[in-house]
Amino acid sequence: MSLAHDARVAVRPATTAQPSARAWPEIDNPAAWIVAVLLLIMPLIANGFFLIEIFATTLILGTMALSLMFLAGYGGMVSLMQLTIAGFAAYMVAVFGVSANTNISLGWPWWLAVPMALALATIFGTLGGALAVRTEGIYTIMITLAIGAAFYYFTNQNWAIFNGHTGINTVATPHFWGVNWRADIPFYYVVLAVAALCYFAVDYISRAPFGLALQGVRDNPRRMAALGFNVNAHRVAAYAFASFVAALAGVLQVWNYRQISPGSVSVSACIDVLIIAVVGGITRPIGPFIGALIFVLLRTFALDVLIKFGLDGNRFRLLIGLGFLAIVFWSSDGVIGLWQRWRQSHRPTTGRSGGAHGHG
Amino acid sequence: MSRFIERHPVWALIVIIAIAVALWLVFAVWPPGLEEAIGRKRVFLNAVFNGVTLGGLYFLVASGFTLIFGLMRNVNLAHGSLYLFGGYVGYAISTATGSWLLSFILAFLLTALVGVLLQVIVFRRMEGQDLRQTMVTIGLSIVFADLMLWACGGDFYQIQTPSWLVGPMDLPLITAVKSSGEPVYLRYPVVRLVIFAASVVIGVGMWLALNRTRIGMIIRAGVDDRDMLAATGVRIQLVFVLVFAFGAGLAGIAGVVGGTFQSLSPGEDIRFLLASLVVVIVGGMGSIPGAALGALIIGLAEQLGSVYIPTYAIVVTFLIMVLVLAIRPQGLLARR
Repeated sequence: MSLAHDARVAVRPATTAQPSARAWPEIDNPAAWIVAVLLLIMPLIANGFFLIEIFATTLILGTMALSLMFLAGYGGMVSLMQLTIAGFAAYMVAVFGVSANTNISLGWPWWLAVPMALALATIFGTLGGALAVRTEGIYTIMITLAIGAAFYYFTNQNWAIFNGHTGINTVATPHFWGVNWRADIPFYYVVLAVAALCYFAVDYISRAPFGLALQGVRDNPRRMAALGFNVNAHRVAAYAFASFVAALAGVLQVWNYRQISPGSVSVSACIDVLIIAVVGGITRPIGPFIGALIFVLLRTFALDVLIKFGLDGNRFRLLIGLGFLAIVFWSSDGVIGLWQRWRQSHRPTTGRSGGAHGHG
Repeated sequence: MSRFIERHPVWALIVIIAIAVALWLVFAVWPPGLEEAIGRKRVFLNAVFNGVTLGGLYFLVASGFTLIFGLMRNVNLAHGSLYLFGGYVGYAISTATGSWLLSFILAFLLTALVGVLLQVIVFRRMEGQDLRQTMVTIGLSIVFADLMLWACGGDFYQIQTPSWLVGPMDLPLITAVKSSGEPVYLRYPVVRLVIFAASVVIGVGMWLALNRTRIGMIIRAGVDDRDMLAATGVRIQLVFVLVFAFGAGLAGIAGVVGGTFQSLSPGEDIRFLLASLVVVIVGGMGSIPGAALGALIIGLAEQLGSVYIPTYAIVVTFLIMVLVLAIRPQGLLARR
């Protein structure tokens, strides 16, 4: 039982875990190791469908939601444009790289197209963030939603770059070192590596000076300004980092589906990312991945399950909406919060002794 | 007004020149050089009229949104769903009874009822928790969208325009002069003009109700300082319910209008949510005159944009929002 364990049991947001700075919080948690090993040997357990449609998709969506979790959980800024940034990166990969739409795609090799897409999407997200930080709190949602919706309608209208509502199809995926990186198993490991990288980066930044200052800005911007921190610069930097994470997820997504169309950046998809993050829990980086797993499982199997119970299988979104409402009503910290509450109610003594240990 | 000119002489000059140019473009007979440069005057005037009437529709949607936000600090992202709900109700009523006016009344009442239920059952429980309320409205918009898709399917519906409003009318605006010297006047659908006039009447009525009546005084006080108003003994919950009902009802009316102007289908809820978001961001959150100005600007920008730069029209709307956020983050007519 170390300080790190305190963070796991604490119901308060991650700020209470401050004493644990500079230690990886999950390093002595057996459950985390089991999950890590399971994820690594997943290709041995799961076949192609489960590997890509469930786990890789979960990791990609989880990474997108992770960028939102970073902004919302540590920065207090709920941005609905994270999917738009990912979609922008995906479009840029398709536009600069190779695809079936030769009149649009510039045909660059992937190692040139991807950094370009990442850079442009990060700039796009940072500019959007710079706009959003001009107002505060609740307005952020409105402005970022407006940006996301505007981008969706723009991709629908514009034929010169975004090829209108048909989008760009048959986007090429990388082939090098004799490996087809879009084959199921290599692609799964690419996605896993990127997701893990993003997860640990967010985890690290949340305890680095920048992340601590950001959490300070979230809790009391005036006080941080009085202490000499540039509040807006911290917020914009947070947007820049989150945009990069979202852009990485976007590149993976376009490789996964090999096509991108306005439907992938629609407003309901933007909202899905928020749902994933909120259902999973926006106080800890693992939350978005849990939320993404629940979302993907529901999306894939809701049809069969609903029909089995004699209901209309097309009511998947109704189910998602009601589940989201239930989570917002009863747990402000998503599934993680429910789990922690359940643990605390069943093992109150352990929780308290761990806490005492942590502060001692 | 005069204070604005004193404070910002340069801006005032730019605004006055812009208004003068716009008036000249509308009323003057265009010289041939101008027609060659930017096309026929008829096209331009049609775009302007479409923009203004669309602005009227946007105002109906956005004024309810901004009123609810101003008083309750509730960003109601289910407002688009209320719009679509009102439209479907209006369609059902007008096909069942054949009465266009009755569909307005019932759409207003039913959507207002939904608003009352939302306020009483949901939002009263989480007062003061802005973010949570907004999340709930997002969840509700998903649920509503799916329920309406379930009930109405994915088809397009259009509400029948009543026979006494069908057809165009001549407006005293000259679009061109024939070679014989005979002027050609602009012809424009009556129904759009009537609806625009109605939205102006509603807007003026709201302004009068807010500024000249006791309930309006209470609402304005609530927008300024909700807690202080509650402390003076006003039954604030009742005021909240009334305002929410009225704002939702306006969205319902707008749904019927939109169903007559354009069409109703899944996805329209998001479109009008976006429109009301941009309108209130541009005009100023919580301000009714701001909603009117914002709706006019956005409606005009959308229509003129789609005529003159078709594939980049949405970017114009978006750039206006960016510009306003950069210069005046609180919105053009917000008081803060």
